[in-house]
Amino acid sequence: MNRVWSQRTAFALLGLSALAVFAALAVVLGFVTVRGAPAISWEFLSAFPRRGMTEGGIFPALLGTFYLVLGTVIVSLPLGVGAAIYLAEYAEQRSWIRVVRIGVNNLAAVPSIVFGLFGLAFFVKALGLGVSILSGALTLGLMVMPLLIRSTEEALNAVPKEFREGALALGATRWQAVRSVVLPVAVPGILTGAILAVGRAAGETAPIMFTAAAFYTPRLPRSPLDEVMALPYHLYVMATESTAFWRTRHLQFGTALVLLGLVLILYLWAAVWRARIRRRKRW
Amino acid sequence: MRSEVRSRIGEHTVRWIMGACAGVSLLALGLIVLFLFREGMPVFRTVSLGGFLGGRFWFPTSEPPSLGILPMILGSGLVTGFALLVAVPLGIGTALFVGEVAPASARNPLKVAVEMLAGVPSVVYGFFGLMIVVPWLQATLNLPTGQTALTASLLLGIMAVPTVASIAEDAVAAVPDTWREASLALGATRWQTLRSVVVPAARSGLLAGTLLGMGRAVGETMTVLMVSGNSPTLPPVLGWPVRTLTATIALEMAETPVGSPHYHALFAVGGVLFLFTLTLNVVGELVGNRIRRLA
Repeated sequence: MNRVWSQRTAFALLGLSALAVFAALAVVLGFVTVRGAPAISWEFLSAFPRRGMTEGGIFPALLGTFYLVLGTVIVSLPLGVGAAIYLAEYAEQRSWIRVVRIGVNNLAAVPSIVFGLFGLAFFVKALGLGVSILSGALTLGLMVMPLLIRSTEEALNAVPKEFREGALALGATRWQAVRSVVLPVAVPGILTGAILAVGRAAGETAPIMFTAAAFYTPRLPRSPLDEVMALPYHLYVMATESTAFWRTRHLQFGTALVLLGLVLILYLWAAVWRARIRRRKRW
Repeated sequence: MRSEVRSRIGEHTVRWIMGACAGVSLLALGLIVLFLFREGMPVFRTVSLGGFLGGRFWFPTSEPPSLGILPMILGSGLVTGFALLVAVPLGIGTALFVGEVAPASARNPLKVAVEMLAGVPSVVYGFFGLMIVVPWLQATLNLPTGQTALTASLLLGIMAVPTVASIAEDAVAAVPDTWREASLALGATRWQTLRSVVVPAARSGLLAGTLLGMGRAVGETMTVLMVSGNSPTLPPVLGWPVRTLTATIALEMAETPVGSPHYHALFAVGGVLFLFTLTLNVVGELVGNRIRRLA
């Protein structure tokens, strides 16, 4: 009897901690949705901020985040996928693979504000790119690269060895085997990683604070060398530094809802898609 | 014949290109070290290493500047320590529940929830904290301000849960099923099996998860910046505002003249952060590797 009760108590406690995690997500989502929803309108999404950012919309920040994320993907996707292909398909020397992997893991552990500092010192100052979309996208690109490498590697490793051996036995070179047999099978897995990377890049503030983000721009960016407004930074300055920040709470909740919604939809999409890939293995 | 030659040349080029892509991560890490060093080192023309790490006063703009980061080191330590008190039990508890207890049908929704929690942008946590948690704590605990180390710890704790949980989950999943079956066959209950077989076998992975969660909490910027009050007090107290290393960089970098001692000091703070998370990560990996060998 005692054994039964101690198991019940223990499992209830474990269940409670899982419930707490669920509840935390629900509370954050709930509050932001309930208080942010009234602010959402077509005008909010499509208009510039007005009257010193106390009225109007978030269009420039939305577009700026889109540009930053687009740049991040252009920078990091080829590099990340290439690196993963090398690690999973080419590299033979175990010691070299280990060195690269340690590098990737440590890059993943670098705090986002340190990426911001690095972006400022290297891209903005040393390379002279200035505070710009380009500097921000390069900084974010390096930051999400480990995530892309890991998810691509996982997708490549999930492709059975027989697929490669079959192609090689038919006379294909290694690259031909990778390109026409392994990669097509791994594409969905690679794309879910890319979606997660987009979500991560869209939500980050610290790496773009000194490298890309502007408090306010009167016009939309015209080149990759322009600075931009971005959703997360916009939320931060609206909530803490803007004029009369206590009077624009509804706009801030609206911005938070748009940002949270965008990022979580991406994460949910990736999670559901990945679960489906795992279930659907036919070999 | 010619196409065979061409494909062999192509093969070499491809291998070279892919290898270069893999090298970019290493290069990036090297450049980060180089630039933190290059921009951070000159601070030691103004202040000694001991005076920097152990200095009690941070008045970077006074003349001459006081550049002691002890309050921020202790502030980061305090906030991170209490965040772990939240993140470790919740993270490991969730991982054990998802991996060992929950019915199969609840597993995937729970995993997705943890992943979504990892996806919430830190600025949204910060904003949520500022709007909801700060006033709530202030009223509940009757504090002069709700922007305290405690507030930051609570939020950081929740934020670090997914990191701890996902690594703990992998560790638990790596324990061979035969071990569980052997224990159950000997008449142990599922809880006894979990407590005396699974958890001890997975403990290095659980420790690795804790260390990486710690790295996540130390490096977090926006949430702490928005809810911790940002005043560098010594010693930092849980119910008072604190200043962390990350928040210092975020707050002051934009207003600092390039090349001033203050500017270099902020890069040196970045270097301290980098070294700390690097150490945590290396130790975490050494510890975590043990379990992979076991499985």
